[in-house]
Amino acid sequence: MTIFGAAIAWILDAANYTGAGAIPGRVLEHLGFTFLTLVVASAIAIPFGFAIGHTGRGRGLAVAVSGGLRAIPTLGLLTLVALWIGIGLGAPYVALTVLAIPPILAGAYAGFEAIDRGAIDAARAVGMSEAQILGQVEIPLGLPLLIGGLRSAALQVVATATLAAYVADFGLGRYLFSGLKTRDYAQMLGGSILVVVLALALEGIFAMIQRIVVPRGVATSRLPVDRARSARPRPGMESAITKGNR
Amino acid sequence: MNWAWTNLDLIWDRTIDHLILSVPPIILSFVIALPLGWLANRYRLSRGVILTASGLLYAIPSFPMFIVLPALVGTTLRSPLNLVIALTIYGVALMVRVVADGLASVDVDVQRSAVAVGFSTWTNFWQVELPLAGPVLLAGLRVVAVSTVSLATVGAVIGAQSLGSLFTDGFQRGIQAEIIAGIVATVLLALLLDGALVAAGRIALPWTRLRKTSKVETAT
Amino acid sequence: MIEFRSVSKQFPDGTLAVDDFSLTIPSHRTTVLVGSSGSGKTTLLRMINRMVDPTSGAIEIDDVDIASLEPVKLRRSIGYVMQNSGLLPHRKVVDNVATVPLLRGVPRKTARADALALLDTVGLDRALADRYPSQLSGGQQQRVGVARGLAVNPNILLMDEPFGAVDPIVRAELQQELIRLQTELGKTVVFVTHDVDEAFLLGDQVVILQEGGRIAQIGSPADILANPANDFVASFVGADRGKRALHVERSDGRDVLVDSDGRLAGVLVGDAVPGQARVTP
Ligand SMILES: Nc1ncnc2c1ncn2[C@@H]1O[C@H](COP(=O)(O)OP(=O)(O)OP(=O)(O)O)[C@@H](O)[C@H]1O
Ligand SMILES: [Mg+2]
Repeated sequence: MTIFGAAIAWILDAANYTGAGAIPGRVLEHLGFTFLTLVVASAIAIPFGFAIGHTGRGRGLAVAVSGGLRAIPTLGLLTLVALWIGIGLGAPYVALTVLAIPPILAGAYAGFEAIDRGAIDAARAVGMSEAQILGQVEIPLGLPLLIGGLRSAALQVVATATLAAYVADFGLGRYLFSGLKTRDYAQMLGGSILVVVLALALEGIFAMIQRIVVPRGVATSRLPVDRARSARPRPGMESAITKGNR
Repeated sequence: MNWAWTNLDLIWDRTIDHLILSVPPIILSFVIALPLGWLANRYRLSRGVILTASGLLYAIPSFPMFIVLPALVGTTLRSPLNLVIALTIYGVALMVRVVADGLASVDVDVQRSAVAVGFSTWTNFWQVELPLAGPVLLAGLRVVAVSTVSLATVGAVIGAQSLGSLFTDGFQRGIQAEIIAGIVATVLLALLLDGALVAAGRIALPWTRLRKTSKVETAT
Repeated sequence: MIEFRSVSKQFPDGTLAVDDFSLTIPSHRTTVLVGSSGSGKTTLLRMINRMVDPTSGAIEIDDVDIASLEPVKLRRSIGYVMQNSGLLPHRKVVDNVATVPLLRGVPRKTARADALALLDTVGLDRALADRYPSQLSGGQQQRVGVARGLAVNPNILLMDEPFGAVDPIVRAELQQELIRLQTELGKTVVFVTHDVDEAFLLGDQVVILQEGGRIAQIGSPADILANPANDFVASFVGADRGKRALHVERSDGRDVLVDSDGRLAGVLVGDAVPGQARVTP
């Protein structure tokens, strides 16, 4: 446990809170990078996912592309892109955006697909326009699975952003790599603990959002006993979509 | 792609290293996840605890995991054992949920009738629940296999040899072909193990051949 | 009045669901389309609100070709009730009923007040207004579906097997409710079912369909029972057997009615003048 003691001491060391490469700066870099990557990936994946889910067309292609992208090892993609466009933040942004797209895309269309067809058909039959069906029925009902997709994308980005310090001087991963090089285990472990805490915090936040966005009527059911169960999104569905690669 | 032809030996060696790192975790995670998944499916309390814990473990990024483990269990940072343990943790975290869901998906009527004709809990598990949950478990195991093979490459950044070493080496020496060869080899290896699991499934679950691919399979 | 003029529908996959179908549906009456599964009933019904467009032929509502109308607008003017209610699971009962009025720009307050009144109309307790559909029984959900169909006070109400998924007792209740509503409201109801008993109970005009939307017979329930057009109709409505094939037998000096299986169906009361006899089951 002395090793952990040293790691904690490293985290708390005031010297690590000033100057270049201070902990708060690194944490912000890591978070900012994760956030920006998610935004860009969402901007690409969500419209496509909604279009696929709404029309039911192009699903086969999306599954194939996502499946293919997921099989690619993240470190390989990262180093390859870094060789192409050089050392720096460009490569991680490109590589991680590509990696974040499949889970978000899958969450977006699977969310729509999980909706009872009858409800959508009825909405159309009583005179909702396609835009109204999208905005008032499909998006609110599909949101929990979309958030699930974002959640696994976020986890993957946080994890791979740590690796990205291999090709760029940024984020918490720097502590791990420089600790490895100088055999400074306290720094390495301290940095690792920070990454783990960050990842778990994100996981917790997303888990909470995912619960909140389950529409009331879907979450409630007749028997109070059932309530706790149906309040969560279907586990089977979620694990198939959101897990798979990191 | 000249690089690949002249370095087939190297690729082969790294492939073997990679297999040694990734096959044991796949098998171990199945073996460990079975009882845990059964427990998760059986009692409400254990379900909450086990599934939450596995969710959190799964959320831990792999690189820090490789570094934290030696401090926790005393493995050597660069040893294959360290990676095998880490990869097994991820495999179990993924698989436990699949086992729990798979067992839950077994038709209640089938279970009741099995109990009614006199199966004990133990024989019921082995002879009724497990085979019927088989297709779901297989689908889950395939996901574990593919993700373990992909994840094992990360070990290269702490200096553990695997196909991932082709990435770090190729990056440092500026050889694109080496990285591409590594990616191709990793994907092929994943496909190979996936195919092996499908074949094993056909032997172990002969009745599923009559049906079309299960839903979970296509979703992954 | 709704008119089908030589309407055909072939789906993209080649299925000819409706083949050269012509029919006049009178206003303020209930017309029931009845036929076995796959005979094209749903397709015909959904052509009236342009959920399905015919491949050839024309449909007119009050002499206006609906092909010239904007589908979304048309649908908002026609009530639609389907099996399994099709309610939006994330909206409360009252908001489900108010869906279309809100789309048409009715102020929220008015729409909700109207929706509450409609719950009374379909025999639902107002206390259910703030529940979600998943908190209602199947029969209650179906009533909400009917209320939603009536919410814009449409002249036309389309109903596709609306009572198909509820148990027989609730179904009978809902059928009586619909009969009561119809005597009050006098809508032009087009009702689809594959249950002959339901068709005869609810229909002023009953259309018996065969494969491809071919009309086997049109008429009032009495017409059809008395004079089945052919063997198909006779066997479909069961005029040749069971409780519809009754004959008179004398027992203890009174006329009793016995069905084809020899089971007692009732007694003949009143003077036995043909055409005035009433059957009490
Ligand atoms: N969207 C579609 N694409 C292709 N074929 C269709 C489509 N909708 C209906 N059909 C086919 O058209 C025929 C008529 O279908 P329809 O749904 O109108 O029958 P129905 O009389 O309502 O049957 P049911 O009593 O089962 O509801 C069937 O053969 C059906 O398979
Ligand atoms: Mg139908």
